[in-house]
Amino acid sequence: MKTKIFQNEGFTSFLSSLAAIVAGLLVGLIILFVSNSKDAIPAFVMILKGGFEDGSRGLAQVIYFAIPIIMTGLSVGFAFKTGLFNIGASGQFKMGAFVAIYIGVKWSSVPAEIHWLVALLGAMVAGAVWGSGPGILKAFFNVNEVITSIMMNYIGMYLVNMSIVKTIYDSLKNQTKPVLKSAVLPKAGMDKLFNTSNISIGIFIVILAVIVIYIILQKTTFGYELKACGSNREASRYAGINEKRSIILSMLIAGALSGLGGGLLYLSGSGKYIHVLDELAPEGFSGISVALLGMSHPIGIFLSGLFIAHLEVGGFNIQLYNYVPEIIDMIISVIIYCGAFALLFKQIIKKLITKPVIDTDNKDNVEPVPLLISGADKVSVHDEANDVTRQEEDEK
Amino acid sequence: MEYVVEMNNITKVFGNFKALDDVTFKLRKGEVHALLGENGAGKSTLMSILFGLYQAEKGSIKINEKPVKINNPNDASSLKIGMVHQHFKLVHNFTVLESIILGRETVKMGVIKKDEARKKVIALSERYKLRIDPDAYISDITVGMQQRVEILKMLYSDSEILIFDEPTAVLTPQEIDELMKIMKELVSEGKSIIFISHKLNEIKKVADRCTVLRKGKCIGTVDVETTSKEQMSEMMVGRKISFNIEKKDIKTGEAVLEVKNLTIKTKDSKKNKVNNISFAVRGGEILCIAGIDGNGQSELVYGITGLMPINEGQVLLKGKDITKESIRKKSVDGMSHIPEDRHKHGLILDFDLKQNAVLQTYFKPRFQNKGFIKFNAVAEYARKLIKQYDIRSPRDEDSIVRNMSGGNQQKLIVARELDKDPDIVIAVQPTRGLDIGATEYIHKQLVAQRDQGKAVLLVSLELDEVMDISDRILVMYEGEIVGDLNPKEITVEELGLYMAGSKRSGGYEN
Repeated sequence: MKTKIFQNEGFTSFLSSLAAIVAGLLVGLIILFVSNSKDAIPAFVMILKGGFEDGSRGLAQVIYFAIPIIMTGLSVGFAFKTGLFNIGASGQFKMGAFVAIYIGVKWSSVPAEIHWLVALLGAMVAGAVWGSGPGILKAFFNVNEVITSIMMNYIGMYLVNMSIVKTIYDSLKNQTKPVLKSAVLPKAGMDKLFNTSNISIGIFIVILAVIVIYIILQKTTFGYELKACGSNREASRYAGINEKRSIILSMLIAGALSGLGGGLLYLSGSGKYIHVLDELAPEGFSGISVALLGMSHPIGIFLSGLFIAHLEVGGFNIQLYNYVPEIIDMIISVIIYCGAFALLFKQIIKKLITKPVIDTDNKDNVEPVPLLISGADKVSVHDEANDVTRQEEDEK
Repeated sequence: MEYVVEMNNITKVFGNFKALDDVTFKLRKGEVHALLGENGAGKSTLMSILFGLYQAEKGSIKINEKPVKINNPNDASSLKIGMVHQHFKLVHNFTVLESIILGRETVKMGVIKKDEARKKVIALSERYKLRIDPDAYISDITVGMQQRVEILKMLYSDSEILIFDEPTAVLTPQEIDELMKIMKELVSEGKSIIFISHKLNEIKKVADRCTVLRKGKCIGTVDVETTSKEQMSEMMVGRKISFNIEKKDIKTGEAVLEVKNLTIKTKDSKKNKVNNISFAVRGGEILCIAGIDGNGQSELVYGITGLMPINEGQVLLKGKDITKESIRKKSVDGMSHIPEDRHKHGLILDFDLKQNAVLQTYFKPRFQNKGFIKFNAVAEYARKLIKQYDIRSPRDEDSIVRNMSGGNQQKLIVARELDKDPDIVIAVQPTRGLDIGATEYIHKQLVAQRDQGKAVLLVSLELDEVMDISDRILVMYEGEIVGDLNPKEITVEELGLYMAGSKRSGGYEN
């Protein structure tokens, strides 16, 4: 039984992510030492403690940071499963945020009980519209979605800035007007439980989104079609799957997820407003990190989003020791960087784990192990050694 | 007897899969020694150990009677072992000369001294009668020429032991004859050759001795001269192989697939890829489209199946016009397609076996309920196919298809396409790259379809295949049909004339 767990692909993926995280933290420690060696250790401990520093308020803070980046992470990860790189989460996020605030400020005629829900739906629609643009261009004109979605980020940012000034502008503070009370997400007693006002039912909506995406990808024919297109577009065409539809829908859903993330953040009642600045929403890019670290798997994304939020809270706290919170960004980048070596880590881990299996005498009880499990390196237990030959030759 | 290579009692284990089990292989000086076995028998693994890419768990290697340890390809090179891989490893924008000296450049103060290298290359090419143009670019020369470059590369590094890994797979019949001559020439100059193959004709022609592997075990080493093809194939497969395929005598039925005046243009060529083609495939017949590669066969099939838009003409399935229907509709209506390129079209390599098994049927009520896939039903169906079509894989229905051998990947596609119970099967080179056992199996399956009264459209480049299993042959040349032939009435040589475009049958004149 034990061997079964160790040979599980998910388990090795998890271990390789863990290795990346350890590497990132070590680099963080070095940076702390270089900038101020005196307080490095306590500051490092504080980063590790992150959200656990401040009791339930700290946890609430982690959740608050995590909500938008889990959503953009889901967005990027979902598109990635379909073979698309959604770098436009930032623009979709901002569009969603704007529409949510707009509805929250202006649509006072909506019944108060569902005002926030309508605002969130509006955010999803806005994000979906913004995401489907690159999808349509990709499907019908084969325009690279990376380029179009980067452009859509800027278009979205300027459009939002312009629209804010025209409609819901607080000119004194150069930001959006506060939303009506009815548009703020319900707290459902969470604020009392956690003793802070930052928390709301938003986290449950995020969990719901994670579950829905997981089910779509793993259990439905729709998810099967999307993954098939992502994995091999030609074979999907051969199988009669409408790959244009799949691409557009995939980008549309990805956009809706990012848009929802924007809505959830700005309707959380934490006193957050969109400032009219020429700045892309950073949550969109954090989403890429979250998706990479979570290996594009919905549950992995959920966990990695919480983890990165945890570090960010720690980074916020180390200002006590006069460190800048940007150190956290560096740690996260190193983690992502090492995450790119995940395949390498995976192979090393796999080797370490499978070695004993060869030596055991009762081989019959153990499941066969594919040599390598990564998609990029194809080796079969059969006679396809040519492939290895080719790879290693290339390395030479 | 002097052995240049002795591999004694080699065992190699991947996980708990014994790829090689106590295999002994000995190469004499100056012989062509064939290594025969089906896909997955362990041929390439054995050679990878000799070439230093893998290390054996057990066993020893002696080169020139001295025990050695080969840890990497560089060790192998210094022991004068060279290998021509099945897929060449050449840099396409290098010249022939540059490719040959790559990695072994003679350098003076950091500057490559090409003149010396050129002299040596030309001397080598004259000595072994390997004619090449040292200044031609790799991308401009034929596959056969590229192979010569690979061979020269081995010779340039003074290799004495030459490994050829399935060298004939990519060559035309004429190029194969040339290669055989070159191999004989090399041996007469004192080199020793290991020739990996599963084509018995070639082994018979060129090899002196032959070692047969089956499922990682050494079955034996025989003298090629005194052993018949049948005996060798029995050693390889473990049972008797019938080279003749039995077909029932049945009456051909109604036309199942009709193609009328089909024309396909592509952007990159002025001439029509498919030019005004009409034919019909009837139930109970195998209609074969023969021709040299690149004469429009692929485009014709893409046009019929819907993977490529057609410019003019009609496709009728059971009398119904399906020209404009979607690929999905055609498949549901009874068209099966075993595609030419199994990795590009036929399979999603990163999916597991069961998900590939339902690639065109996942949406049927059998496998889904309100949009949710019934994984149990899918797995059960996959197990049924595995059993019925003898598909072998490391982890049955959960195997990632990428980890399966080529033969079993193809069997999976054939199983999936035939199990749909189609009215017409369009099979494009269904046995490309497969060993005898799998080829025989797939031929039998196609004939079984025909015997059930189904229509089969077979596109093949292999003349043996065309002659053996088809009921009628259409020859394509430059996008047109130039002959409608009966395989019982013509010879292979005649067929060759049609394929080369120098003969046309009545009704197909210009």
